[in-house]
Parts: sequence; structure tokens; C-alpha cells
Amino acid sequence: MHSSDNESGAKAGAGSRSIAYKLADAQQEISVAEFFEKNKQILGFDSRSKSLLMGVKEAVDNALDACEEAEILPIINVKIERFEDDDYKISVDDNGPGIVHKAMPNVYGRLLYGSRFHAYKQSRGQQGIGISASVMYGYLTTGQSAHIISKISGEDEVAWEMDIVVDTKNNRPRITNDRAFTWDRDHGTSVEFTIKGRYVTGKQSIFEYLKNTAIVNPHAYITFQDPDGTKWTFENATEITPVKPKEIKPHPEGMEIGDLMKFAHSSNQKDVQSFLRNEFSRVTKRIADEILELAGVNPKTSPKKLTRDDCANIIKAIGKVKIMAPQTDCLSPIGDTLIKKGLMHVMDGLRPDYYATPVTRNPRTVNGNPFVVEAGIVYGGEIPSDGQVNILRFANRVPLLYQQGACAVTKAISDMDWRRYGLEQRGGKGIPYGPAIIMVHVASTKVPFTSEGKEAIASYPEILNEITAALRLCARNLKSHLNKIERRSKTRAKFDIVQKILPDLAIKTAKYLNRPVPALDRTITKIMNVVWIEPSVEKINKNERRYTYTIYNYTDKVRNFGLHAHLPKESVNLALFSDPCFKEMDDNGRAFWEIRELQPSVTTVITFELKGEMADTFAEEDIYISGISPVIVMGADPLPGDWGLEGLEITEEEEYSVEDNDEDEEDEILEDDEFEKEAKE
Amino acid sequence: MSDKNEGALNSLTGIVDGLYADLDKGNIPAMEVALRSKRNIEFNPGTGVWNYGSLTSARTAKTVKGAMMLLRTVYTADFIKGMLESNKSSTLREMYYISEGWNNAKFQTQDESVILAEDLEILTGYMREDFKLRPEEDGARIYGDLTLTELTRKGEKKKMNCIDDVGDSGYGIPYNVGPEKIEFKNCNAKFVIAIETGGMFDRLVENGFPERHDALLVHLKGQPTRGTRRFIKRLNEELGLPITVFTDGDPWSFRIYASVAYGAIKTAHISDYLATPAAQFIGITPSDILNYDLPTDKLTDKDKGALNAELSDPRFKDEFWENEIQAMIGMGKKAEQQALAKYGLDFVTDTYLPEKLTDMGIL
Repeated sequence: MHSSDNESGAKAGAGSRSIAYKLADAQQEISVAEFFEKNKQILGFDSRSKSLLMGVKEAVDNALDACEEAEILPIINVKIERFEDDDYKISVDDNGPGIVHKAMPNVYGRLLYGSRFHAYKQSRGQQGIGISASVMYGYLTTGQSAHIISKISGEDEVAWEMDIVVDTKNNRPRITNDRAFTWDRDHGTSVEFTIKGRYVTGKQSIFEYLKNTAIVNPHAYITFQDPDGTKWTFENATEITPVKPKEIKPHPEGMEIGDLMKFAHSSNQKDVQSFLRNEFSRVTKRIADEILELAGVNPKTSPKKLTRDDCANIIKAIGKVKIMAPQTDCLSPIGDTLIKKGLMHVMDGLRPDYYATPVTRNPRTVNGNPFVVEAGIVYGGEIPSDGQVNILRFANRVPLLYQQGACAVTKAISDMDWRRYGLEQRGGKGIPYGPAIIMVHVASTKVPFTSEGKEAIASYPEILNEITAALRLCARNLKSHLNKIERRSKTRAKFDIVQKILPDLAIKTAKYLNRPVPALDRTITKIMNVVWIEPSVEKINKNERRYTYTIYNYTDKVRNFGLHAHLPKESVNLALFSDPCFKEMDDNGRAFWEIRELQPSVTTVITFELKGEMADTFAEEDIYISGISPVIVMGADPLPGDWGLEGLEITEEEEYSVEDNDEDEEDEILEDDEFEKEAKE
Repeated sequence: MSDKNEGALNSLTGIVDGLYADLDKGNIPAMEVALRSKRNIEFNPGTGVWNYGSLTSARTAKTVKGAMMLLRTVYTADFIKGMLESNKSSTLREMYYISEGWNNAKFQTQDESVILAEDLEILTGYMREDFKLRPEEDGARIYGDLTLTELTRKGEKKKMNCIDDVGDSGYGIPYNVGPEKIEFKNCNAKFVIAIETGGMFDRLVENGFPERHDALLVHLKGQPTRGTRRFIKRLNEELGLPITVFTDGDPWSFRIYASVAYGAIKTAHISDYLATPAAQFIGITPSDILNYDLPTDKLTDKDKGALNAELSDPRFKDEFWENEIQAMIGMGKKAEQQALAKYGLDFVTDTYLPEKLTDMGIL
């Protein structure tokens, strides 16, 4: 993307609020319907398939936000029905906290209701134009009213239902059939509305949207029924609700002139100095004075009286004053463990070989807004390997399905040289090829988008750097996994020699010569010259697995060494502690086994079991060794430097590796192509 | 069992014995075979042909490939032992199919079985015929005034003149062309033209070239088989006929000539037996392409690679070949021998060959 795009992106990034207010202003002169017609594109209703998706998205995002606010594990049911003339009915119900009766009309029947201008908080709702816009679009295109049911929790509460249409002349809800009734649930909301649309499958479909939503919201239980009546269920992968994001005051550096004017004019502060101090974060009296002096604005001015020029000067002054970066503890990233769980849960059908340990970066800021980047990579299995990798983009736990090419995520991926991480990529640029899914989540109090459509994250250098850093870490994990696979296949090859070929050779030569079959121990030891560690996993029950590591000493020396694994500590059971080689496990779940006096040509075994929700977060190949030269061990890596080793008495012995240079044994006759001519004719 | 067969069997048993001893002593089984590469062929001034040099490649059980080779060697030795003991023989292709029952030692391609048979020849100093292995490929066709007898499978010596007693396509030689099978009786031909393509062979027959110039034609069929090369060598050594080779003008054809005259890299252990150092190259040479202004095709990337490989092939290390190869790289073109038809169907027999053969002092 060009830098000019970045700038426009920055402005556009000011968010739905500016356009929202434009929209509200516009009501004075033209009807909302007209405005809609003119601005369909930027509002996201530019195609029928997208309009339908938008309707679902607004309702689902609202439901997830509401549940998160109330710390409820969401259960969301989505249903699409097809009627004549491309009319589709969208039904979404949730078990959220519900909406009080009084507020229902405005939430669904009034554009921009509930946009609290000064609330800066990581939320799904900041994307898109709001559920009321979809309801209105539905009414404009089909003439059908929306049907809403909601009930809030409480002994005395009843459920309310009503039909709502948006009065497009003055942006007010019009209610019919408003009545209370007894609903069979404790709390929740149901919304049904009809919209002109087109139902599609594939990458930009409702199914894809919900599937991806399930990945980044592993706590949500989502069902979906498509127009043909087929029903899917995305069960929740965890019962841990996300940490509620904190609301913070805006940071001055993110302000744009329009925002600042609206903000100032709606402020109740008595003067502009206290307006700056009290309604922004990180602004002290000293800083407020400094800004106002530079801007040439009298600190005693009422914020309601600020002119456009005043605001412009204040913004200019903000750029010159050094202000502390915004607080970053207000964000709620998904976290590496839950990303992995979400990915595993949803991608399981593809049976991937590997989930690279996801990465959650530390928060950074861009334009006065804190943001955090998270990334994960899924590799192998039945993921198609012949095309470009699949990129999953998310902003504040909402999937982005459109405008992939314009997005910072795509740019960061394209700018990385993936060849060194084991993926194919032409010329080391562009979207890489291979059986991989790359997932990136950007969470922020205000995600900067390239345009009002909010489909692509703007390519600010700060954001690109963070995405790149997160991807590098994931990619490094992927590469080390691929290396492991390669090493393992080499070991496997040696194993084939000693287990299959050599015994055959011994039997066959003995038979030919009519002599006894020779013992192979010493030959095998010479060929392998490794300590070989082979993992195996046995699924005992759902969420219960037994891990067994078979350790073969194929060297001619007695071996002593340590084995280490980082286990989900709440998942271990007695099997771990009763293993004779087991020594200890620390508070973080780092377990340690000691292998003593393993004789040449002798095999030993360690086992443990993992049970419960976190059992599948441990990958069996993540086993480490200490106290032995890594060059003579196959199947485990040396302990990483940051493992925090204490009290290990085993000393490392010097040993140089016997590298086999004869792996590439030449078969030069073939290479010479001497008989090519025969093939040619 | 003949002495040769007996010797071959003892030699094979020696190989198996060596591998057994390695295992018994707790060593890694291994054997060494001459490195079969252009890096390892040497000119033998005594015989005028190219043989393997002193470089060897180790087959060891340290690699899957090496271990597999050793296992196949033993299985093959055992199979040959069985054939020798029961007086049977098989084709290389049959052996490839028989290996289906060898479990891990099974050949993946027929090439593997051919290469292994050649390895055994190198290791033992015996020929594959001594192991009762034969190729299924048929040999060349010949046409010209040569009278010979062939010992048929029925045990009778059948006498034939290779013009009068054969049809247009000539006499097809068997895979075994040793003196016990084929005896030369009478020869009025004055020289031999070994021809790469069937089309050119037929052109010369149709134009009456063999009769007119007392030529004996041999159709090489691309890279000539062992039998064809052995047959040509016998014509040269026993009948004293000058040998000429007439091929396409492309890098692969140069290799055909090299295998006839110098010995092939693949069979350098038996070059003494197969190669005819006196054989001369008629063309098409790159100079012919220019001198006769022949229609050409562009060299492909593979062609270019082959030419460059030839520059580092010791067999082509002389002034003639270096100049011709460089010339071809320079012009970037190649030509088929049938491109001579540009000047009419008789041009090759009336003009091109007489001119070239006169230059060589044969006509």
C-alpha cells in the first residue's frame, strides 16, 4: 500500500462515529433512505451478498459484546430463511443479559443510538454501522418490520416483544404490537428481520464468518442453520470468559478535528483546560496549559464555544507536546492458549499436522490508541497445499472477510520472506504458498481501518511491525517443527535400516551360506549411534490422553540424562508422579525426568497422562533433553536457554557428532544421462 | 554348469561371504564398487578404449539406499545361484518381476535391476550372460553383402546372406552375438555404416547404396545395445572392415558415437569387449550444418546441458570434438540426419555420403 493510502486510511480510521454524525446531520436535509441509497457502498451494503452478511454480523457482534459485558458464556443461534424475490429472514437469538424494555425501540429502530462518543474500549460494536442500520436497510428493501424479543434477568421481569420499523424521515423507531409475555428463558434477546440479499458460500459467506468468529471466541457456542435447513454447531472450546476490556478516556494524540469539536461541544466541563484534563487520558494540568498556550486558546474558554480554528490549533499543539503513551491494560487479547484451542477446535476437520504456538505481543500504541497483535499458524494435514496460504484476519475478535488485499495483515505477510520458514514464495515476496493457515488478530480501543467499510486494517508502520514480529515468532516455531519432521524422517530411515533391512540381510546371507544368523546389536549401535526418543500418544477418552516416550540407547556407551516437558499442570494425574524416572514438576508445570544408567542397546519408557480441557494444548514433540550432547539424540531438542534449570547435577560430556556425509551417495551414471537418446526416440 | 558359470557363482558367494563376515564381526556391512561416472573413466592406450579408473563408491548399510543395495545384492546372488543350479536363465525384466517376492529388497524400477546386474559384473569380473541373465531388448538390423551362420534355438546353423536371404528390413541380430552363436562366412562389403535412425537406414537401402558402394549397413536404433556394439566390434576385428557412424547432429548422437568408439560410461568395465576404437564419425557434424546449410531446430535447455556435460567428459577431450561441440553451442542449433532431404531424396546417397567417405579415404 502507498503512503498516501495510509493517510487517507488514518482519516477514515477516525471511525464510524464521524460518518455516523455525518449521517445524523444529513437527516436534516435529505431523508435517511436517500442517504442510504447514496452511501450504500461505504456503509457496507454494496452488494446483496454482503448486505445479508452485514445483517448477521451486526446481530452476532452485538450478542457477543453484550455477553462479554455481562460475563455470560454466549449461546448464539443464527438462522437464515429464504423467501421469494431474494428476501431473506435473518434470525439471531442469544442468551445475553437482554435489553430493558424502554431501550429496545432505540437500539433497533434508531440509527446511531448508543454510540457513546467518549467511550474508548475494545469492542466488536465499533465496527460497522450498528444493528439498526441493517434493520432499516431491511425495511427499505423489503418493507418488513423487524421483530424483537428481549428479557432481562430477574424474578419480576417479563419478556417483551415488539415489531419495529425505522421512521426514515426523522430517524425515530415506530413500534407496533408491543406486548409483554412469558418467555421460557431467563434472559436473552432475539431479533428477526427480513432483508434483500443473496446467500453465498465460500470465503465471504455467513458460514465462514461464523466459523472464524468461533476461532477467536472459543468461549462462544454458536449454531447456524442455512437456507437449505442444514444446521452447524460450533461448540465452545473453553468455559473461560474473556477478560472484560476496560473503558478508557481517549488519548489526545488520536484526535481529529471533527471528533474534537463534537466532543468539546457535548462536554459539560466549565472550561477548556478542565475539558482537556478530565476527558482525556494522560493530560495533566501542566500539559493542558502547554497545549492551550501553544494553540493560543484561552484556558478559561468554555469547551462549547471552541471554534473550528481553535480545535485545529489545539490538534496542532497536541502534536508538539510530549504526552505519555496511553495506558495499555485496557485491552483483552485472546491469549496464546485460547487462540490455539480455538484454532484446534475449528480446524480439527482438516487434521492439521501442527499448530504453531500462537503469539500474543505486548500492547503498543498507534495514534494515541493502544493495540495488541496476536498471531497463529496452522500447518499441514488436509489443508490444501497447492494454493496460496489461507489468511484469517480479525479486528477486536471480529473476522474481516473483505478487502484482504488492502489490509495491513496481508501487507505484513507479503513483505516477509517465508521461504526461510519452510513455505514456498515466489521471489521471497507476496502471499506464500503451502498447506498453511495464517491467523492475525488486532485488538484496539480503536482499530484503524483503511476506509469506512472497516474491512481492512490500515498499514501504519507501528501495526505492520507488530504483525511482522508476531508472525516471525510463529513462523520460527513452524520452521523448527518442520526441521523436527525432517530430522525425524532421517531417524526413521535409520530405524528402517536396523529394524527391517539389516535383519533381512542377516537372515538372507546366513541362509545363502548355510550358517547361523549373526547377532546384530553391535552393528546396529554403530549405524545408529544415537539415543532415540520416540513419542506416542494414545487417546483414552475425550480430553484424556496417555503419552509414552520410548527411549532407545543405540550408542556404545551407558547414558545418563534429563528429560523435560512443559505440561499443562492442571491436567496431570498420578501416572506422572508414579513414573520411576519422574523427578519433579515446578509451579509452572515444567516436569523433569531423569534417565539413569541406560545401557547400550537397552530401551526404557516414560509415561504420563493428561486429562481435562487443557490436555490437548501439549504437543508430544515438545520434549527436551539436558545433560547429554544433543548431536547424539534424535527425537528431542536441547533444553531452551530460558527454561530456568536448577539443581541439575548431570554434567554434559563432550562428544562430537559423527555426521554421515554419505547420505548423498552418488549415482552418477544416471546423472550423466548417457542414454537420454533412447528416451527421446 | 560351465566353468564360467562355476567361476561366476564362486565369485558371487565371495561377495555374500564378505557381507556376512561384516555382520558377524559387528561391523557395518559395506562393499566398494568402481565409481560409475565420467569422473572415473580412463583411457587405456593398450586397447584404445575407455575403462573405469581407480575411484570407488562405497555401498554401506549406513544409509537406507546403501543398505537396500546390499540386501538386493544378496537376493540377486541367491536368485542367480538358484538359476545356475537348476540350469535356467531369465531376462533382466523377469528378474525385476521376480523381485516382487523379495519384500524389502524389491526393485522399484527395472533400471535398478539393470544397474545391479552391471555392478555384479564389475565386482566379479564376469559377464551377465555368465549369471544366466539376458536382456530382452533386440539387437540391430543389418543389410549388406555379408554371409553368416546363426546357431538357432533348434540347434541348427542357419546360413544367410544379408541381402539375398533377407527382406527390406535386413537381418535382425540376436542379443548374443558371440562366435559360438554367429560365424562370419563370407563378406564382400568393404566398410560398415552404423546408422542412428531407421528412416535413414531405409533411405540407403531404397537408394541401393549398399549394393552400389559395397557398404554394410547397421541400424543402431538410438543408443546401441551391447549386442549391436559387440557385433560391430567383431566386424571390425575379424573381417577388418572400417567402421563409420552416421547419426543426427545433436549432443545425444555424439554420445551414441562415443559409446560405439570409446566405450559407454555405464559399461566401461567391458569396453574392451564392446568398443571399436577405429570407428569414425561421419556426421551430421555441426560443420555439416553450416557447410550444407541444413534445416535446423533450436537447442533446448537439456541439449545445452548435455553439450556442456560433454565438454567435461574425458572421451570428448580432443581437438575435433571440442571444436565441434563449441561450434554447436555457438550456433545454438541442431539438425537431424534426414534434414539432408532438403536437397532431394538422393542427395544423401549421391552427394553427402560419397563426399564424406571420400574425405575419410574409405571410398
